[in-house]
This record gives sequence, structure tokens and C-alpha cells, in this order.
Amino acid sequence: MSIMTYREALRQAMREELNNDERVYLMGEDIAEFGGSMKVTLGLIDEFGPRRVRNTPISEMAILGAAVGSASTGALPIIEIMYSDFFGMAMDQVFNQAAKMRFMFGGKLSIPLTIRAPMGGRRSAAAQHSQCLEAWFMHIPGIKIAMPSNPYDAKGLLKTAVRDPNPTIVFENKMLYNVKGEVPDEPFFVPFGKARVVSEGTDVTIVAISDMVDYSLKAMEILKAEGISVELIDPRTIAPLDITTIVNSVKKTGKLVVVHEANLTCGVGAEIATQVSYRAFDFLQAPIERVAAKDSPIPFAPILEKEILPDDQDVIDAVHKVMEYVK
Amino acid sequence: MDPQISIEVGQRLYEMMVRIRKFEEAVVELFARGKIPGFLHTYIGEEAVAVGVCCNLTIEDKITSTHRGHGHLIAKGAEFDKAMAELFGKATGYNKGKGGSMHIAEPDLGMLGANAIVAAGIPIATGAALTAQYLGKDWVAVSFFGDGASNEGSFHESLNLASVWNLPVVFVCENNEFAESTPRSQNQKIKDIAIRAMAYDIPSMIVDGNNVEAVYLAAREAITRARTGGGPTLIEAKTTRWRGHHEADNQSYRNKEELKAALANDAVARWATQLLAAGVPQATLDAINEKTAQELKLAIEFAETSPLPNPADANADIFTPFIFEEI
Repeated sequence: MSIMTYREALRQAMREELNNDERVYLMGEDIAEFGGSMKVTLGLIDEFGPRRVRNTPISEMAILGAAVGSASTGALPIIEIMYSDFFGMAMDQVFNQAAKMRFMFGGKLSIPLTIRAPMGGRRSAAAQHSQCLEAWFMHIPGIKIAMPSNPYDAKGLLKTAVRDPNPTIVFENKMLYNVKGEVPDEPFFVPFGKARVVSEGTDVTIVAISDMVDYSLKAMEILKAEGISVELIDPRTIAPLDITTIVNSVKKTGKLVVVHEANLTCGVGAEIATQVSYRAFDFLQAPIERVAAKDSPIPFAPILEKEILPDDQDVIDAVHKVMEYVK
Repeated sequence: MDPQISIEVGQRLYEMMVRIRKFEEAVVELFARGKIPGFLHTYIGEEAVAVGVCCNLTIEDKITSTHRGHGHLIAKGAEFDKAMAELFGKATGYNKGKGGSMHIAEPDLGMLGANAIVAAGIPIATGAALTAQYLGKDWVAVSFFGDGASNEGSFHESLNLASVWNLPVVFVCENNEFAESTPRSQNQKIKDIAIRAMAYDIPSMIVDGNNVEAVYLAAREAITRARTGGGPTLIEAKTTRWRGHHEADNQSYRNKEELKAALANDAVARWATQLLAAGVPQATLDAINEKTAQELKLAIEFAETSPLPNPADANADIFTPFIFEEI
């Protein structure tokens, strides 16, 4: 077991997969000598050379399109989209091509493509460099989506994404890159579609995505002091989504708070809340609460950004609301 | 007939053009009779482009096509029966009735799909060429697209990427002077799409797209260049779309005299005249026509009598099966 950052865990995952299979290569903007905007690929150019760690022009459509064409003809590209916000420049290749080609062709092709995309705010990066867009992709059948919240999952989920013969997106949270955690020294994989019960509890279920797991852990400590027992669940992947683990927890606690940094409206929380209310309707003791960003573009000034994005206090408030609810 | 073209190749070019022409004439009639659902964009009038290019390709070489894709599929070696069944939406079609006319594909023939998004196949072909270069395969990739597609960003991004990485790809612009209903002069100030290659330091050629021999020889040069490490080429084939953008388009916007002249400049008839002048007996050409008509008749019967897809399979084939435990 080693202690390493989320960034180092991701890098190690890529290093292992590059070593494991000659068909794997990395492609993206400034990922070679510069190490990527987030420095995740830093140093890999020295180990694997420019053939396998490829700087591209600033051409997101061509990067994604070439990755689709390359993946469908026998290679295993891992693509870095410098910021999730830049998906807009490449969207057709993700949702009309990568996600649909196998289906449209009657199952005749596989697209073993991995896309890494830094996401999230809290860096004063403003409206076009701060978004959480996972719900866009969750809406499209044909794409698998991981949202690692810690170094262990970052490594294990990215490695699984590379091995999966389907298009996958790993959304990396920018605020987690420097967060340290325990990561096994021996190779391991984390399955898609299996939620992690971060902490068991009996009074309320919190489902938190990406770095909102950490905010929820902070909230949980305060709530614990108040005598409220929280069951915290990290879905780890949202497509596929392990709704069974969430539903079983709600059947036990009778209360649910869903937490994500993305906008409230049509966020992943809306889908989780709907599925839970359908499958565990008779067990619910209070309306499901959603903690999310206010429906707004992300502002630049730190004080304004803080106003828009959810934090541990919002989680505490939501839990109080469901705990105090009287029918 | 150019001395570089053998009688054998000459007959092959003729046969493939006849195959496309007869197939398309048949589907026009079948569509009018309500046998083919959806949209139908026919390739009639442009046969010499697909045939002149694809007769230089092996089954390992990859192509990407457009919404007007039947001609490329047939030129790459497709069987009439599975193609017709796909257009009918039958379970026996190349793509189990999931794709239809606009998404017909056969990866086993190197045909990576018709594509209903204008210019989307261009980066995909570029990616197939990247795999060839990356994994040391000796295939080349060819992307077919129209003059309208040359105004899309993915055209420019792909040419630039192919240029800077010296990829084995041939870009074939089928300039039929219409982007759906809008004449080229309203979309582009330039008359020749080929000059756009200059911006990316890519060699280009302009050929008479109604002269199959000219297309064949130009494509041979470009494909040889790609296969021997010489990088990409842009070929612009000046051609004519005989029918509307699709079968619901009566071409009210077209100059009737120009269209009449185009119909008189029939690539198939022109090539037949050339073959006869070179000593090929009329009986040989008749036999090709007869054999093609017979195969087509059987293909229509096959499509008519094939079973419909099972509604229970409507959402099958989205993902390639993946068993985590088997990593």
C-alpha cells in the first residue's frame, strides 16, 4: 500500500495500461512535455516517447473523431479533453458516433475508447472552465461514465475504463488532484456499476458524487455530533448506476439526500431521486432532498462562485430538513 | 482507354458502376412503392467516384462514407442481398435493420459506415489511418464527403491533423455542386475545393468525376502515396447528382438545362464506349448487365421474404459485452 495523490494514481493507471498493452496510447492537447493542463500525464512522455504520448493540435473534433476511428480499427486510445467544458467542440463524435456506431451497425463494431475529462469549479476559472457536465452524457445510451472521488477509485476506475471495450468517460475532479489516499501497490481494478458504501448509518442516506463525497464526510462528522447517523454512498459510476445499493439503503433509513456539484435541474440527482421514489416509495419518510449548484453559469469572483456551488453546510441543511420533516 | 489500365481492370470498373447504378435505380422504385422506410439519398450519377477510388483498395483498407453511402458500400465489395435487406429494415440486413440507408456499414469489408452527420466520417477515417500508422498496419483510409462537408470544422481539423502526422489517408471530395439544395456558389467563394489542401500543405488533385479512368488513376497515385508513407492527399472529383438530395426532393431549385447536360454526360455510358473502342465485345458488357440484374432480382426477393427484426431486440447491441471478472 502506498499513499499517493489522485493525480499520481491516474498517472500510474495510465503507466500500467501503457505497459500492459502496446495498443494503448495517449492523445490530447499539451499532454506530452507539458504534462497536460492538470499535469496528470507529466513524465509519461519520457517513459513512452512521442509515439505513445501524443500532443495534438487544438482540434477537439478531430481528436475525438480520430480516437473513434482509431478505437474502431484496433487501437486503444486514452484521450484527454483539457477541460470538460471543451466537450462542446467535439460533441458530435461523442454522442452521435462513439455512443451509437456499435448499435447502428447491428453490433458489428466495438469502440474501446477512454476519455479523461477534468471537471468542476472552485478555482475561479469562471463559466467556461468549471462545469460538471456528466448529466449530458448520462442521457445518451452507449457511454459509460466514472466519477472517481478518491485516489483508489481514480486508479481502479481508469484502468477498468481502458479494459472495457466500450466508450467510457472518466470525469476527474480538479479539486481532488492533490488529495492523497491509500492505493495498493499491486495492480487492481474497480468495477463499473458497483457503488461504495463509504460509511454505514441508520437515520439518513446521502448519495454523493465526485468531490461532494468529501464535503458529505465533513457534514457527517457534524451530524454525528448531533446524534444523526448517516449512511454515505458513493455511486462511483453513474452509467451504469448501482441503484440497487442506493434503494436498499433508503429502505433502511427512509430518507435520502442526493449531492452533486452540477446544476440542480436535470442533474444526476434528479434521476436518482426519481428511481428511488419509484422503487422505495413506501419506505420514504420525507421528500428527497437534492443538494446541487444553483442553476446558473459559474461566476468568476470567488465570493460569487462560492454562492453558486454547494458545500458541507448545504448538505447539513438538507439533512436537517429531511430529519425534521413531519408528514 | 489509358494504357495504364488493363482490360481486366476496365471491365471491373464497368461492372462496379453498373452494380451501383442498377442497385440505386431499383431502390428508387422500391422506395416509391413504400418498401423502404425513412430517407433515401441515391448515388446515381456519382458512380465513377466511388468505383474509381475503391477499385484501388483492398478489403483491409478502410473507408468512411456519407448519407449518400450505398455506392461506397457496393464499391467496397458489398453483397446486394444484405444491403437491400438493410434498406428494407429486415433482420437479415448488414446491420440487422438497426442502421438503414443512412448508417449502413460492413466493418469486415473495411466500410466504417455511411454517416448521417455531414463531415463526421472525415476524422473517423483520419483515426483509422492513425491506427494503421501507430500499429504498423499497411492499410490506408479513404474518406468520402461532399462539397458541403468541406465547410465543416471537422474537415479542416482532420486535414490539419492528417498533415501534421503524415497519416495514410485520402480525402475524396465528391463535389456535386449542391449542399442539399444550396448551390456551391452560395456556400463557398472558391470554385475548387481542392485549393483548401494548400492551407494544410497537402497535395491535391482535381479530376473529372464522370471519368472513371481519371478517378482511378488519381486515386491510385494518392493511395500509393499514402501506403508508402507519403501522407495524405485531397482529391476533388467534379461530379453530378442526378436525383434530388433525397427522394422527397423534386429539385425545383436546379437549372434544367444544366441537369439535362449532366444526364447526357453519363459516366457509365462513357466508360462503355471506351471499353468497346478498346475491343471489349458488346456481349461482355451485356453479360455484366444481365448478371447484375439477376443478382439484384434475387436480392430484392431475399429482402422481401426476410423476417422483420424482433421488437425484443430493439435496444440490443448498444454495448459490447464486458465481464469485469475476466480482466
